[in-house]
Amino acid sequence: MYTPHTEEDIRAMLDAIGVGSLEELLKVPDAVALKAPLDVVPALPEYQIARRFEHFAKKNTGVDYVSFLGAGSYRHYAPPAIGALAMRGEFLTAYTPYQAEVSQGYLQAIYEWQSYICLLTGMDIANASVYDGATALAEATIMALNANGRKKVLVSRAVDPNYRAVLKTYCDGLDVAIDELPVTAAGTTDLDALKHAVASKEYASVAVQTPNFFGNIEAFDAATASVVRESGTVPIAVVSEAISLAALATPASWGAEIVVGEAQSFGVAMAYGGPYVGFIASTKEHMRRIPGRLVGKTVDKDERTAYVLTLQAREQHIRRERATSNICTNQAHCALIATIYLALMGKTGLHDVAALNLQRSRELATAVSSVDGVDLKFTAPFFNEIVVDVHQPAANVLAKLQERGILGGVDLGPWYPELSTCILMNATELTTTGEIDALANALGEIVRVHANV
Amino acid sequence: MSTPTFDRTQSPLIFDLGQDGRANKYVEDARPMTDFLPKSLLRDELPLPDNSELDVMRHFTKLSQRTFGIDLGFYPLGSCTMKYNPRINDAMATKREFAQLHPYTPDELAQGALQVMYELERSLSSLFGMAAFSLNPSAGAHAELAALLIAKKYFKDRGETKRDKVIVPDTAHGTNPASAAMCGFKVISLPSDQRGRVSVEEIKKVLGDDTAVCMMTNPNTLGLFEDHIHEIAQAVHDAGGLMYYDGANANAIMGNVRPGDMGFDLMHLNTHKTFTIPHGGGGAGHGPVGVAAHLVDYLPTPVVRATPKSNGDINAAPSDRYTFSLDFDLPKSIGPMRSFWSNFAHAVRALAYIYANGVGGLKKVSQLAVLNANYIRVKVAEFLDTPYPEICRHEFVASAQELKKETGVKALDLAKALLDHGMMAPTMYFPLIVPECLMIEPTETESKETLDQFIGVLREIVEEAKRNPEAVMAAPVTTVVGRVDETRAARNPDLKWEPAQA
Repeated sequence: MYTPHTEEDIRAMLDAIGVGSLEELLKVPDAVALKAPLDVVPALPEYQIARRFEHFAKKNTGVDYVSFLGAGSYRHYAPPAIGALAMRGEFLTAYTPYQAEVSQGYLQAIYEWQSYICLLTGMDIANASVYDGATALAEATIMALNANGRKKVLVSRAVDPNYRAVLKTYCDGLDVAIDELPVTAAGTTDLDALKHAVASKEYASVAVQTPNFFGNIEAFDAATASVVRESGTVPIAVVSEAISLAALATPASWGAEIVVGEAQSFGVAMAYGGPYVGFIASTKEHMRRIPGRLVGKTVDKDERTAYVLTLQAREQHIRRERATSNICTNQAHCALIATIYLALMGKTGLHDVAALNLQRSRELATAVSSVDGVDLKFTAPFFNEIVVDVHQPAANVLAKLQERGILGGVDLGPWYPELSTCILMNATELTTTGEIDALANALGEIVRVHANV
Repeated sequence: MSTPTFDRTQSPLIFDLGQDGRANKYVEDARPMTDFLPKSLLRDELPLPDNSELDVMRHFTKLSQRTFGIDLGFYPLGSCTMKYNPRINDAMATKREFAQLHPYTPDELAQGALQVMYELERSLSSLFGMAAFSLNPSAGAHAELAALLIAKKYFKDRGETKRDKVIVPDTAHGTNPASAAMCGFKVISLPSDQRGRVSVEEIKKVLGDDTAVCMMTNPNTLGLFEDHIHEIAQAVHDAGGLMYYDGANANAIMGNVRPGDMGFDLMHLNTHKTFTIPHGGGGAGHGPVGVAAHLVDYLPTPVVRATPKSNGDINAAPSDRYTFSLDFDLPKSIGPMRSFWSNFAHAVRALAYIYANGVGGLKKVSQLAVLNANYIRVKVAEFLDTPYPEICRHEFVASAQELKKETGVKALDLAKALLDHGMMAPTMYFPLIVPECLMIEPTETESKETLDQFIGVLREIVEEAKRNPEAVMAAPVTTVVGRVDETRAARNPDLKWEPAQA
């Protein structure tokens, strides 16, 4: 499919090349030639492809459940204008903008993305995107390792477990050890332990997520940051719910040197996990260590404003094994979607979304904690997620909620054995009072039944 | 009549547009944030512009009009496989039941998504002769890293920690050595022989008990099939090393020859190249990593498992007879490469494309990609040097070195001149071993007419270079901006908008 060749074309082209057949053109040594027929899905006409995928789609019944799932992927409103713009063929079918003269539009959009990320985080520089929030943390950690040459890194246990797992995958490759910081009873990183650990001057970086994986806002402040920096450790802030950037004090204001995060919340579909879009922002000092593409503003030969990929001497296609990273493909199209989202929402819309997330999640917290036998696990201030203790195996309660058409949240037990009776619940601007009431009622029934047994 | 003031070459930044009070109303009003959090935790201001939806539409539409994509014209960018991106794929990927599916949806409520991943994984494994693929990595370079981490862990488990050398031919993509360095491997660069290939004798000189992996692209980046691949793989295996296949050029081999049969133990695919996922301006990509049977336990997590249904309908399609689940419990796995399971929307696109073709169609795809490349090669050889004048695969290299000596016109100038004719430039100055290199990959979706037009334009540019080199060196002149001052961009980095000083 999608090949325009007529039989006459093929014959004329083979003649021009001077070979007799397509088979002759692709001849390979007998030792490696194909020996058996291949087993791939069958060829279908286009309307039947659509039917086949409709068949798959109908089996994803989870999309019609009332959902309180968050934990690194968030359900937010995305105006249809985003799709109308982002799906334009010029954007969709372009490659990396190496040829600046015919890529000015995309380059400007990425420059705007970099600017938005800097405005939201308060940092000096942002790159053109990386694969996702988790790989952003891994790449930022490599920046820190390159900055100070140390071979150990520190990460809070309240950082998203997926991010920590990916960090471990990368660090295993680099033979770098990871130590984890404990979480306090309030549900935030133990900052005394943090200060104590960095005093050893062994750690290249310390990563703290806020709002953390439990939804809680970390108490990391400028005083803590200065202790970290004085020890020669690079403070890395992690943001997995980007909407929080519209509400909370910027990571720059409390002293982060590198801010990494996930911008899926900015209009990018949950899509069963991807593609999403990671960002890395930093202070100026780290500019030449930052991985991936950077777009700079410059001029053309006639002094007209122009945009171009810049500081490419950091990158793999120039520097090969001495590059700052192996990254080549990034998430340009998702970054474009996020940029359009931010342009449409503006400060007013984004502020309202963030405020509604605060409001709805408090409604959720009030409703579920008023159920007998259900409590909020932590006391720290939170953004749009809460940890709910049901005092019985969370998996059982979630299964019973599922029978009632509700995806109640994420079971924390697999990552935190001490929280196996706890559910991570999320509410966004799309969560309705009716959904919250339904969840609370269902929890009441489930927990009451359990109490009576 | 007044002078027209519309300038299609420039637009203000979004930050210089907008007015307070012009916000769109997408959500309802909320109570003040200070009702919910102490002021000390809140940011002071949010300095983003408020733009009307219409102004945003116009802004980004204008930006799109200054962006060149496959939909606008021929895109012969070597090693990037810029083929047509069928829109059925996007229509399937953006279906509500896929787009709005949360990654933590319980397996039993996400059976369709898991089935897509399963069918894609099985199809790729058969097509490329691997025991299994993981769809976890996000792009080609990411999958390369995964493969090398697998190799590292495999050797560690076998107590062969001395194996710290990765052999990379000098024609390899830059990501190969960069990925090796990210796993702590030392890179040995292997010179190509006179035929532009890896020589069995040369590689034997560097093989030993410290060899971890030999990374190869086949066909290589010169577009040439490594016809001694079987002996090379044998030699690497005899030395105890693993063979890694860089799948960037997989568009040349489908239904013809398989990495598994060539002796490769590990491989990646760029499904955004071979399987028509739109490149989107440089991503998101999708980079399945494949392994032979002895490395299956090391794949990144999670992998999709299929369990036969007890009451399966025997008339159903084979994969409809299974129940699917995500398996995270792989004790030897290198771990996850990213959050969540895969760039799933891209898995949908890739599978839709395989459905559009089947085995026969994919074989034809590769044949016609090779036909198109060879057709351009023989015609371009009439007016530019082609350093490897033999049957190529999906791409070939030409060199402007002689032309440069004669006229001063470089590969870069030829590339820029193509832009003036509504065509994208080929990949330039890569692979590094060919001076003044132009690397041309037409793909199979281009018609003979388009190829003839490209050949004609390039011929005309070369002739112009001989007549009037300055004109070619001044190109492009029809684009919205002329050649861009990259030196200034790098010397005085301006990487973000700054508010005007009060």
